[in-house]
Amino acid sequence: MINTAFVAARKTPWEVIFPNLILLIVSLAAFAAIVYLVFLLASRVNVRVQEWLKYAVFLAPAVLLLLVGLVYPTLRTLVMSFMNADSTEFVGFDNYVWSFTIPEILIVLRNTAIWVLVVPILSTLLGLAIAYMTDRMKRPGIVKSLIFLPMAISFVGAGVIWKFVYSFQPNLDKPDIGLFSALSKAIGVNPPNWLLEAPMNTLLLILVMIWIQTGFCMVVISAAMKNVPDEVVEAAMLDGAGNWKRFLRVTIPMIRSTVIVVLTTTAIGTLKVFDIVRTMTGGNFETNVIANEMYSQSFRQMNYGQGSALAVILLLCVLPIIAYNIRQLRRERTER
Amino acid sequence: MAINKKAKDIFASPVASAIAVIVAVLWTIPTFGLLVSSIRPEQDINQSGWWTFFTNPTFTLDNYTQVLFQGSTTNPPLFQFFFNSFALTIPAVVFPITLALFAAYALAWFNFRGKDTIFFIIFGLQVVPLQLTLIPLLQLFSKGLVIGGVTLIPDLGITGTFIPIWIAHTIFGLPLAVFLLHNFLSQIPRELIEAGRVDGANWFTLFSKIVLPLSVPAIASFSIFQFLWVWNDLLVGLTFGGGVKQVAPMTVRIAEMVGSRGSGWELLTAGAFVSMIVPLIVFFALQRYFVRGLLAGSVKG
Repeated sequence: MINTAFVAARKTPWEVIFPNLILLIVSLAAFAAIVYLVFLLASRVNVRVQEWLKYAVFLAPAVLLLLVGLVYPTLRTLVMSFMNADSTEFVGFDNYVWSFTIPEILIVLRNTAIWVLVVPILSTLLGLAIAYMTDRMKRPGIVKSLIFLPMAISFVGAGVIWKFVYSFQPNLDKPDIGLFSALSKAIGVNPPNWLLEAPMNTLLLILVMIWIQTGFCMVVISAAMKNVPDEVVEAAMLDGAGNWKRFLRVTIPMIRSTVIVVLTTTAIGTLKVFDIVRTMTGGNFETNVIANEMYSQSFRQMNYGQGSALAVILLLCVLPIIAYNIRQLRRERTER
Repeated sequence: MAINKKAKDIFASPVASAIAVIVAVLWTIPTFGLLVSSIRPEQDINQSGWWTFFTNPTFTLDNYTQVLFQGSTTNPPLFQFFFNSFALTIPAVVFPITLALFAAYALAWFNFRGKDTIFFIIFGLQVVPLQLTLIPLLQLFSKGLVIGGVTLIPDLGITGTFIPIWIAHTIFGLPLAVFLLHNFLSQIPRELIEAGRVDGANWFTLFSKIVLPLSVPAIASFSIFQFLWVWNDLLVGLTFGGGVKQVAPMTVRIAEMVGSRGSGWELLTAGAFVSMIVPLIVFFALQRYFVRGLLAGSVKG
């Protein structure tokens, strides 16, 4: 592997791109050809064969891929979390004991807890507020687009954008290139080295995630608000309810289930984020989170046991949400 | 509708609108700062804030030409990664949507035992963190699967090509795709399907003649979703690319540039913007479909 990488590094970009382009075209063509041929043949065989063939063609590929690619790996990771670094011996709960006793990992767990509490709550509140404000605007399009825009940017891109905002100039006499430092000086405060000082740096990273997620919360909540019947709002108005009261007593209860969906979706997304931390601080200076530490343990330290244990802890965090979602879906289906 | 408008006019408050506009401006400033910086000469970026551009405008495209086309033997130019991002993304959108549409069709219209159970399991799999699958899945790609001496999946020798990344993205995209497309397909009127059956259409022609044409809007929505997801992904590209530059997407390269001391802000700002330009175009051109997909995924009707 190292050898091929070394040889490849000497190739010109076009020498790399060309075979890759061929592979791309051949793969897409092969996929299309297979699908086409299967359909062609399947629609010609007799009806009895078709009755079982339809499961093999339509259902089996997805189910098999999910079994091999998601279910099996998840179970395997569970097992590996009870094994040593190279999965040759069982070590009982050692990896979990490690997770909950080593001070560095305790900081990782603490940070993850802060992320998963702060991001969903603040993004949802902000999204709710903006949705409410724009709900009554004449032309909310551009405002909403701009707030929604960070959703289209990668976490890595967002990391670069905000690293630039937080960039720090140690020499006080030189002009600042970071927006935060410049603003801080403008109000007469010597700027701190934003991304180095804990616990402020974790909050600054969280701000990036809020910046991204607020647009999502706003769009979803805004759509739910549009579904609140006008009669209800008008009735509340005729009853003399003020803006604020109407919002709390009428709008909020009517969009409650949407708000919960938004909160849980954001929470799950936040648990899995590792790109922001990795890009902006590399998990240093007490900013690390589980998702990033899991990556470091597994692919830098090559400690599959500890990496797997961290992944399982992530799963345990989302498990209640999965259970809740499935219950909701069940209920909805029976109502139908 | 008229009443609706009237009610809104009464509620419309200039203060709320003003706050919303201010928030929107605040939200845009960081991205805008990056864009402005990317077109300033290296010296200016590193010696003065981007806001001074407005009092002392200096303009160059050097940063872009440098980051896109100048590389070294160890660090290829960004346009190679730009190609990689496309080559990664297209199949990683086509494969899962095709397979998910098949599965959604089966789950929505075939009658068989265990159908609901399969659907609920797929729905639950949506939120399983990718992190849980990384190590075993990587080992599957590099060593195959052998249980009790029986080779179930051989070592395919595909590590270091696009194929593991395509397959990984296909797998990870499937649960949400199946769920969304199932919701859509199950709303096709029963009469339409039954009429097709009565006319003697088999399940395969029924799919290609009736179901597929009807699902185009749903496919469009989910494609945009998956496109942005794959294009912006770092984790899958990083782990399943085998650490090889020939197949690494732009996100991996940009993340690497941030980490290395050699790349100054002039290259980083331009590079980051190059990596954002395609999602931004997709976003502005197809925002409506994107929002529709998003809503289908999170709001129940």
